[in-house]
Amino acid sequence: MAIVFEKTKGLTDKPFHYCPGCTHGIIHRIIAEVMCEQDILENTIGVSSVGCTYNNYEYFACDMAQAAHGRAPAVATGIKRVHPDHTVFTYQGDGDLASIGTAEIVHAAARGENISVFFVNNAVYGMTSGQMAPTTLLGQVTTTSPFGRDSGLQGYPINVSEMLATLTGAVYIERVMITDFKNIQAAKRAVAKAFRVQKQGLGFSMVEFLSTCPTNWGKSPVESIDWLKENMVPQYPLGVFKGKDLEV
Amino acid sequence: MNKRILMKGNEVIAEAAIRAGCRYYFGYPITPQTEIMHYMALTMNKAGGTFLQAESEVAAINMVYGASAAGGRAMTSSSSPGISLKQEGFSYIAGAELPAVVVNIVRAGPGLGGILPAQGDYFQATKGGGHGDYRNIVIAPASIQELYEMTVEAFNLADEYRMLVMILGDGTLGQMMEPVLFREEEPIVESTKEWALTGNKGRVHNSIQSIYINPDDLEAKNNELQAKYRAIEEKETRFEAMETDDAEVVIVAFGTCSRICRNVIRQAREQGVKVGMIRPITLWPYPSEVISELAKDSSVKAFLDVELNAGQMIEDVKLAVNGVKPVYFHGRTGGNLPSQKEILDLIMNIHKEVNQ
Ligand SMILES: Cc1ncc(C[n+]2csc(CCOP(=O)(O)OP(=O)(O)O)c2C)c(N)n1
Ligand code: SF4
Ligand SMILES: [Mg+2]
Repeated sequence: MAIVFEKTKGLTDKPFHYCPGCTHGIIHRIIAEVMCEQDILENTIGVSSVGCTYNNYEYFACDMAQAAHGRAPAVATGIKRVHPDHTVFTYQGDGDLASIGTAEIVHAAARGENISVFFVNNAVYGMTSGQMAPTTLLGQVTTTSPFGRDSGLQGYPINVSEMLATLTGAVYIERVMITDFKNIQAAKRAVAKAFRVQKQGLGFSMVEFLSTCPTNWGKSPVESIDWLKENMVPQYPLGVFKGKDLEV
Repeated sequence: MNKRILMKGNEVIAEAAIRAGCRYYFGYPITPQTEIMHYMALTMNKAGGTFLQAESEVAAINMVYGASAAGGRAMTSSSSPGISLKQEGFSYIAGAELPAVVVNIVRAGPGLGGILPAQGDYFQATKGGGHGDYRNIVIAPASIQELYEMTVEAFNLADEYRMLVMILGDGTLGQMMEPVLFREEEPIVESTKEWALTGNKGRVHNSIQSIYINPDDLEAKNNELQAKYRAIEEKETRFEAMETDDAEVVIVAFGTCSRICRNVIRQAREQGVKVGMIRPITLWPYPSEVISELAKDSSVKAFLDVELNAGQMIEDVKLAVNGVKPVYFHGRTGGNLPSQKEILDLIMNIHKEVNQ
């Protein structure tokens, strides 16, 4: 019998602990598949951050470091400087990357650090039970913006991809969404491109994934996908913000 | 070939690190340790390594975490306010059991404080600073030659025990010049580092982390760490005893402060008061045992703890003395140093008091 679908060797056999309908798992799978397809699993070192995916060092089959909250780009920098020929990536949530870790991400990008960053934007702090994140939308109800995010009180969402795209050191930045087959395939192509950019030594690359958190959004998985498309995409448009014409 | 070279303390630290095989330096500028960075910037890349000016001390220590996790010999250096920012990283390095060398050229605090020498970071260096139950080996050199030799040794200790080793100096040591004699070859102990992140070719994937969600796993990890720390206390405690055999008053002082006190020993003895000194070289592990033994010695009448702070190490001295003998204190803060006369006068008074 022909095998039409197989679990990728880029993931270990440890079962994911993510909530039903959470799209973190899909993002893991496409990163793992790309590592296998590009045959770089043995030469890749990943960095887990602090958030729901704090322990994905147990899920990715490559060597992994776990970093303090927000510090993954600095940890990845240290690793990359020791192993410049290895592929090094970070996996970070929006609280991790866009709040506590803003200095580290901006300067890794500004240095043109030759790493790939996988940035998962679910508009909340998932792990700590749904507090407001820097990416939380105006009006969005969270446990720390219980009356909806109010720009007068809590400011405005941060569009990280657009912001980092202004830096010369950042060579490839794309925003994708994990909503349906077509978009997941596009997300996978973005991951593959990020790794190729790194392999060719071109500099900093980042893929921002719009991702769901059904648990803290208080929605079913299907409602969550719809909510993402209707509410997140207008604030966070999909597209390539840097490196559109990059041939890799 | 061996000849003495006149060098500044901070530069000697950098030179020693490169000689010790350190190839990854990450730092952020702060007085009075900046010459370490300058020297690294000039020499590290030529030595085939990486010098990187980080965006902050927080980033620098996390770069050290990454480089060390990847198997490199890595270090950072800073001074007090910057060291405060690195404490989170220290705790993670302890939890993940990574080798690292950190230099703190202490300046006067608290807050932004001043840029002059102090020893006000003793508590922070020896009692934690970051969260959780962990220890760092803390070495306190007192001369430029020691800065050199102990920096080299720090890298070996860090690798051997997979932990952070801190060189605790102060602005005086960092800024002053003294002749230093470099060895032709450094006693570098190479370790295999099977745990390092190098790519999983031919083996199961490695991971470096400090999180154990299961309480039993975390307790087991803590027990493992504590067992390591007990072994270090046994094997790595270092101190220098000066003229303690017949001493009536025993000074306890480390680093720059011990150099001032050293001269006072002779002056006091010329005036007929038998003074000796214990100079802790490792501040953790602390040389408690020798102090406890001296406290029980009938010829010893009192201890005098001298520090460039408002009284921090004195807590360890008192614990070791355990109430058996009086412990006096003299400290200066703000970046001021005590004069020899100040200490001598105090010793004369103590001597009088305890002999009444
Ligand atoms: C220094 C520090 N502050 C706070 C926390 C608590 N904390 C754990 S996860 C998290 C938020 C993570 O949110 P995000 O990065 O968006 O990841 P998600 O869980 O949404 O995927 C916080 C604040 C921590 N672990 N360390
Ligand atoms: S809390 Fe949200 S982000 Fe975390 S696993 Fe559950 S659904 Fe996913
Ligand atoms: Mg989040």
